[in-house]
Amino acid sequence: MFTLREVNVTQIIETVKNMVMSSEYKLPEDFIQAIKIVKGKEESPLGKEILDEILKNAEVSEKEQVAYCQDTGYPVFFVEVGQDVKIVGGNLRDAINEGVRRATKEGYLRASLAYDPIFDRKNTGDNTPALIYFDIVEGNKIKIKFAAKGGGSENQSKQAMLKPADGLEGVKKFILQSIANAGPNACPPFTVGVGIGGTFDYSAVLAKKSLFRYIGERHPDPRIAKLEEELIELANQLGVGPLGFGGTTTVVDVKIEVAPCHIASLPVAVNIQCHAARHIEVEI
Amino acid sequence: MVEAKVITTPLTDEIIENLRAGDKVLINGWVYTARDAAHKRMLEEYEKTGKLPFDVKGQLIYYVGPTPAKPNQVIGSAGPTTAYRMDKYTPKLLELGLKGTIGKGWRGPEVKEALKKYKAVYFAAYGGTAALLSKHIIKVEMVAYEDLGPEAIRKLYFENFPVIVANDIYGGDVFEEGQKKYRKLII
Repeated sequence: MFTLREVNVTQIIETVKNMVMSSEYKLPEDFIQAIKIVKGKEESPLGKEILDEILKNAEVSEKEQVAYCQDTGYPVFFVEVGQDVKIVGGNLRDAINEGVRRATKEGYLRASLAYDPIFDRKNTGDNTPALIYFDIVEGNKIKIKFAAKGGGSENQSKQAMLKPADGLEGVKKFILQSIANAGPNACPPFTVGVGIGGTFDYSAVLAKKSLFRYIGERHPDPRIAKLEEELIELANQLGVGPLGFGGTTTVVDVKIEVAPCHIASLPVAVNIQCHAARHIEVEI
Repeated sequence: MVEAKVITTPLTDEIIENLRAGDKVLINGWVYTARDAAHKRMLEEYEKTGKLPFDVKGQLIYYVGPTPAKPNQVIGSAGPTTAYRMDKYTPKLLELGLKGTIGKGWRGPEVKEALKKYKAVYFAAYGGTAALLSKHIIKVEMVAYEDLGPEAIRKLYFENFPVIVANDIYGGDVFEEGQKKYRKLII
């Protein structure tokens, strides 16, 4: 079906370096457009002013090629490797980490990883090791998705193992409570990634992965699409507002992904994404 | 638009008494940076030696870990980090004379009480607007714990650094008050 294709790690290193740096300097265009739209609807004068500052910050960081946020994040990758790709010159994981290392140095990014989480918490100095989820797919391409996940919003993310009896109402309540609790700590307006189903761990992976969808792009299943729309509306009634100072813009979007789950379980994960919504996707 | 109050460090009780939750403030003068790792080390050292790496009396601590400066910059991007993570350490620092902190997000009840008790404020800067905020920092000096990299204690010279009073000495809370006005759904 597909011809076997060789990809040299030097190309992967360069691609990763460039995508990391550009995503730290420039927010995705769909997110910027969404902020412009919600600014027009925001009822709080301070909230409007903050949305303006967010847009100005995006302009300055892009123009001056500096980090949008000082928290340049935990590098998270979703990599889909075509089964007809042959990596040459080294291994894929090392190449991705090398790209991150170079982006950190050449792009003046903050080293934000503690190697050991509980004992000495020494900084690794170069933002490696990145967190990499690999998947094998059809074809002879490599798709690399990158998110720079800030600690402030990641800290406010939540997971719950609900009971099947909690049902749709329980799921909605948990999602909205998570958003309200995240509040000013996690730099709203948020994009909220939700994973429902799967296992304990997989629900969280789904939540994170859902954040790669475009702003405004609804789930193909109309029932889930409707739930997303309903949650956007309800979340914006919580009053959190831009940066939590109060207002009608708490979320710009809610993304839901679902997976089959055990008959005894109803896992739900809510991954909060701050307004430094750094997500980028490249195909090699 | 309400005029911002302009203040200069070090801060006195008189300056603090004049600040109310929701006030826009422009800060001038030297402030110190410290976040998670620096707080932990600083207070562990204080337990052992009775000394801090700098005199906190009248001073402000900005919760920030900046990106490295590019060759043409004084400092890299430098927005606030979430403040509640420092709650464990803040009351002690306020007791020792610290007059305020700058961060983002809610503070816990112990910190709010300590602000009243020791006459100090908690300012919120606009989280995530790090490229803009760095333009209000015109000088940087290393103070202590250089090995902590982005978490080292530095001295920053602020020029009209914009913040909002989040918690004052009268029990005011800008987040609670602001959100209440727009809350249509209680969950």
